[in-house]
Amino acid sequence: MSKSPFEYAPAPESRAVVSIKSQYGLFINGAWVEPKTKNKFATINPANEEVLSQISQASDSDVDRAVKAARDAFTKTWSKMPARERGKYLYRIARIMQERAREFAVLETLDNGKPIRESRDVDIPLAAAHFFYHAGWADKLEYAGLGANPKPHGVVGQIIPWNFPLLMLAWKIAPAIATGNTVVLKPAETTPLTALLFAEVCQQAELPAGVVNIITGDGTTGAALVKHPGIDKIAFTGSTGVGKLIARSIAISGKSATLELGGKAANVVFDDAPIDEAIEGIVNGIFFNQGHVCCAGSRLIVQENIHDEVLEKLKRRMSLIRVGDPLDKNTDLGAINSAEQLAKIKELSISGDAEGAFRWSPDCVLPSKGFWFAPTIFTGVTQAHRIAREEIFGPVLSILTFRTPQEAIEKANNTPFGLSAGVWSEKGSRILWASKALKAGVIWANTFNKFDPASPFGGYKESGWGREGGRHGLAAYLKGAK
Amino acid sequence: MSTLIDGSEASLRKFLDTLPGVDKVGADQRAATLATRSIKTSSKSWAIDMAIQMVDLTTLEGADTEGKVRALCAKAVHPDPRDFSVPSVGAVCVYNDLVRIARENLDLNGGSHIPVAAVTTAFPSGRASLKVKLQDTQDALTDGATEIDMVIDRGAFLSGKLGLVFDEIKAVKEVCGNRAHLKVILETGELVTYDNVRKASFIAMLAGADFIKTSTGKVSPAATPPVVLVMLEAVRDYYLQSGIHIGVKAAGGIRTTKDAIKLLVLVNEIAGPEWLNPQLFRIGASGLLNDLLLQRMKLATGYYSSSNYVTLD
Repeated sequence: MSKSPFEYAPAPESRAVVSIKSQYGLFINGAWVEPKTKNKFATINPANEEVLSQISQASDSDVDRAVKAARDAFTKTWSKMPARERGKYLYRIARIMQERAREFAVLETLDNGKPIRESRDVDIPLAAAHFFYHAGWADKLEYAGLGANPKPHGVVGQIIPWNFPLLMLAWKIAPAIATGNTVVLKPAETTPLTALLFAEVCQQAELPAGVVNIITGDGTTGAALVKHPGIDKIAFTGSTGVGKLIARSIAISGKSATLELGGKAANVVFDDAPIDEAIEGIVNGIFFNQGHVCCAGSRLIVQENIHDEVLEKLKRRMSLIRVGDPLDKNTDLGAINSAEQLAKIKELSISGDAEGAFRWSPDCVLPSKGFWFAPTIFTGVTQAHRIAREEIFGPVLSILTFRTPQEAIEKANNTPFGLSAGVWSEKGSRILWASKALKAGVIWANTFNKFDPASPFGGYKESGWGREGGRHGLAAYLKGAK
Repeated sequence: MSTLIDGSEASLRKFLDTLPGVDKVGADQRAATLATRSIKTSSKSWAIDMAIQMVDLTTLEGADTEGKVRALCAKAVHPDPRDFSVPSVGAVCVYNDLVRIARENLDLNGGSHIPVAAVTTAFPSGRASLKVKLQDTQDALTDGATEIDMVIDRGAFLSGKLGLVFDEIKAVKEVCGNRAHLKVILETGELVTYDNVRKASFIAMLAGADFIKTSTGKVSPAATPPVVLVMLEAVRDYYLQSGIHIGVKAAGGIRTTKDAIKLLVLVNEIAGPEWLNPQLFRIGASGLLNDLLLQRMKLATGYYSSSNYVTLD
């Protein structure tokens, strides 16, 4: 394609809307407190490595304080409050999140590296929607089909990842407090800022002290939270490796758990697919949020007879992806979240080269500072390649082909994961057949990466335990619920 | 007629069967995402001047007068009489009987480079015999039209007589010869589905259209962004198969600079940059030009002007 005379001038979203403090404490019992050890670590903007703030490292004794605060709030306030009053707080939080949406969006983009278009149009509106949705459930739990009088667990420990910091917080906190639990939440080490802003929202909403506690820190803080005897339930989203550690650590402790883990989703494109929209779905499936999506469509399984056409159109489309300043409103692909993640993406991509797959990326100039990886596809990938088996968690797509529908399903299911899958076909019967045959918790037909608070989300096999969202998600936060 | 088919209805249908379907949800989503592109400063200024050059300045009312056409022609040459740096529009588009007036007045105003487009073939409904449609077209050519905006027979298309639609376009194209560019109006508001829009686009291109055009402006909805998107995909795919660039004209309901810039973003990212010129993309409109002029003044001066600073159409 020729160079366009229509160059989009920079259109940066203003940073003026956020005020980031030079350092943050821990949010325990409705107030900001300093960590016992006084240890701090930096959180940076991955797009330019600028230090944004100093964050507290919570120690075992801080975890203990937070869990005690949550327990007090549960026994003294939250479990005694009429359910419709609980609901009012969730509505209030949802409205404040909408009012402060721009602030949240800019902050999320600064701390995470994702494009402002996505934080503005996806992350923040969906996070608010989760609070609105669960606010409605708060006083209707006995009608949810989960028994006559379902009860909360008590204190829930929640650990969330860095890919959708505020959205994952909403997925965790909204159902937990709507069902009457209290919460100790630990955001990811590299993306704590929107969770800390959310703590301010809790204060603004006059949420009773201790219902939501937010503690920051690295993996040791998370481990302390998981092991704490005062925790009744663990909710974790993150890697399958850490998920297994958590499962071992809580074995026969009586704690219940929901785990939302990794994925290696197949995006299956049949030859009767709506091709142009399938291309969009492939692009959205793997390049949305830099591919930092547990349900990313990281394996394209395309019917052999349309492989060349799909590949040609996909390459053309990829050359239009705008990589760069995440705060620019026209950016499509932002920064990789951390140096560590970038190293992992590079390592797996190099293994793709070494194992004989063919790498292709469009021409794009990557910024010199920060962590960046060009949108990348690998063709000639086989089931035996690492890039077809391991979760890359980056903007890297592995392309495989199939001849018969049965072969497509076999390849799609040949993975230890089972979080999501996509099916592309204009034939309704084929979509229904494939949806039944695919072993994945979420199956998208002629679309990809669509989320709604009313729709349960979760995986088969090593992609996790339990469901989040919808009526099924409520069950995870209620005792004895079936 | 294209060499991709042999001209028989069987070969036409065979070709159309190879077209993939359009998923409505996905097409709408893609258009909505591209509508969030933020076009500022230098790129906005480029886009406004390009959009002005793409305007087919149009009047298609039963009550049209010679005086109105004269004013339109003067405006086509110099859209802003106080600022001759504003480029001329792409064409002037009128009913058949006003073609001669338009041609004379453009020439008088130094606009001999601006083509006159005539709507023919029993515009807007297309409900007349082929004989009448061809004569309608012939009249426009005789009076000096160098662009013909014809309508397809939607009744034939919707009842499955695709060969008839194809043959009519081909016959009109033969009348045009190399004297005039042929724009084929699909009237997408009556075709309703995106699958139909894609199919009709290809029938028109295979039959010899130089442009495919969304709408007459007399039916709503008209040039919605997803419809334009589907048509831009069609010309892109046709080019990949035939090596021939076909133009797209969006007409109907495009009133603001914002609307026009969104269309240019679609052209840029769907068909590709080579379509970003008045030879391959046009916008059929009347009121749009004034909004483009007001936005152009705002960019130049920093102030919004009142509508008293642009001329009546």
